[in-house]
Amino acid sequence: MSDSITAFGRAWALIAAADATLIEIILLTLRVSVSAVAVAAAAGLPLGGALALYRFPGRRAVVVALNALMGLPPVVVGLAVYLLLSRSGPLAPLGLLFTPAAMIIAQIVLVTPIVAALTQQVIEDLWEEYGEQLRSLGAGPGRAVFTLLRDARYSLLTAVLAGFGRAIAEVGAVLIVGGNIAHVTRVMTTAIALETSKGDLALALGLGLILIALSVSVNAMAYGIRDYARLRHG
Amino acid sequence: MSCGIVRGMIAVRLMRRWAWTVLRSSVLVAAVLAASLPARVSPQAAGARYIVLASTTSTENSGLFAHILPRFTAKTGIAVRVVAKGTGQALRIARNGDADVVLVHHRSAEERFVAEGHGVERRDVMYNDFVLIGPAGDPAAIHGLRDAPGAFAQIAATGAPFVSRGDDSGTHRAEQRLWQLAGIDVREASGTWYRETGAGMGTTLNIAAAMGAYTLVDRGTWLSFKNRGDLRILVQGDRRLFNPYGVILVNPDKHPHVKAEEGRAFIDWLTGEEGQLAIASFRVDGQQAFFPNAR
Repeated sequence: MSDSITAFGRAWALIAAADATLIEIILLTLRVSVSAVAVAAAAGLPLGGALALYRFPGRRAVVVALNALMGLPPVVVGLAVYLLLSRSGPLAPLGLLFTPAAMIIAQIVLVTPIVAALTQQVIEDLWEEYGEQLRSLGAGPGRAVFTLLRDARYSLLTAVLAGFGRAIAEVGAVLIVGGNIAHVTRVMTTAIALETSKGDLALALGLGLILIALSVSVNAMAYGIRDYARLRHG
Repeated sequence: MSCGIVRGMIAVRLMRRWAWTVLRSSVLVAAVLAASLPARVSPQAAGARYIVLASTTSTENSGLFAHILPRFTAKTGIAVRVVAKGTGQALRIARNGDADVVLVHHRSAEERFVAEGHGVERRDVMYNDFVLIGPAGDPAAIHGLRDAPGAFAQIAATGAPFVSRGDDSGTHRAEQRLWQLAGIDVREASGTWYRETGAGMGTTLNIAAAMGAYTLVDRGTWLSFKNRGDLRILVQGDRRLFNPYGVILVNPDKHPHVKAEEGRAFIDWLTGEEGQLAIASFRVDGQQAFFPNAR
């Protein structure tokens, strides 16, 4: 119990002191997860949209698979990316293992299915409602995808933020491919795991509180921007 | 919404351009972010010269590396990136060529690593010792024993809970050898009084503290561990609890990208006068945690 109470104190002390190591870890956490989510959104939004509109054999299977991939175990993704990037693996010449780039790659793999599957759901609902209209206006699926993506952009924000939540919270994949190297690949979740293993539960929990605060701020900022954009553009 | 659709259809070209802009810019942003990552993380990472050191959780968690590595980096300009795993995993990472140097603690595994051609040469660096810890209540009544296998046998006889790393680490292998010396097959007991965590030392200690169980731990990790509960050292001082660390350069003939020059510089420093003094000067709570023994 005393640990959970001191945790707040430790969190405040770290924030108040603007601890240099903590700031470095926060910035790296944000860079890795924001980069991964940006790439995952760039791939997942059009992919999900296309999957909602195009009809092809085996489409149901692809949709089911995509939804299942939302639950990819991070440890397995970490291991797979490790084997790919290892000096004994196929992508050895890149030398990316134990770098932030490796962590971004692992998170892209984790996040893309989430963005794509949620997008597919949103766009499919819209398509059922407005497909008739769009077709009567002479839009093929290619045009319709972009039109609907644009129209649903405020709902799709949730899909992207769900992906971000997954990226910033996972530890299994980044621990394996990043190696939790101090000042190089140590992010919030791996730092929390490390402090827990040192038995400093108060500090670990304090870092956890900061991570939650970080996640809340990013979400608040995203929704703030959305509301502002809605006011301006309707 | 339908008004949005109509407007959208009228301006389809604009939409597509917008979509492309978003795509392009997010890819661009991601690329810039990704590209800026390694360079802007820290001064330690900024140095172009670095080596990857695969090592154990005991050396990292005790704070030893934070104490000695900055001295080496200040002198040579070579940063050392530590990946801390169990000994077994550290050696596997090195075998795959994903590290330049390994610093671990399981002598026969290290010698096999060199004999199989994965490493160049094993050198002594330092030692500390394992201690057998357990709850203050001490249900197996082992406190003060000098005979570690005897204490293990007593724990097994009383069926008092014992937590094992179970992760093929140096500590795990040392523990298995002690059970062997005690003449006890713990595989049969696994899941009853003998619990395998399959986790690092710290996690295992947290579990032992919560369960009030016995476990084997290296002194460095124990000294720096903060969540001890009512656990304390019960058995120590048996020469079979000796815990030596060795350092090995990963074979550059096998993995041409290994930074042999920098790796050798690190090994020479660590086993030389300066490195040995740095190790000796490391204290946890006023106690020396590692004893240099390079020749």
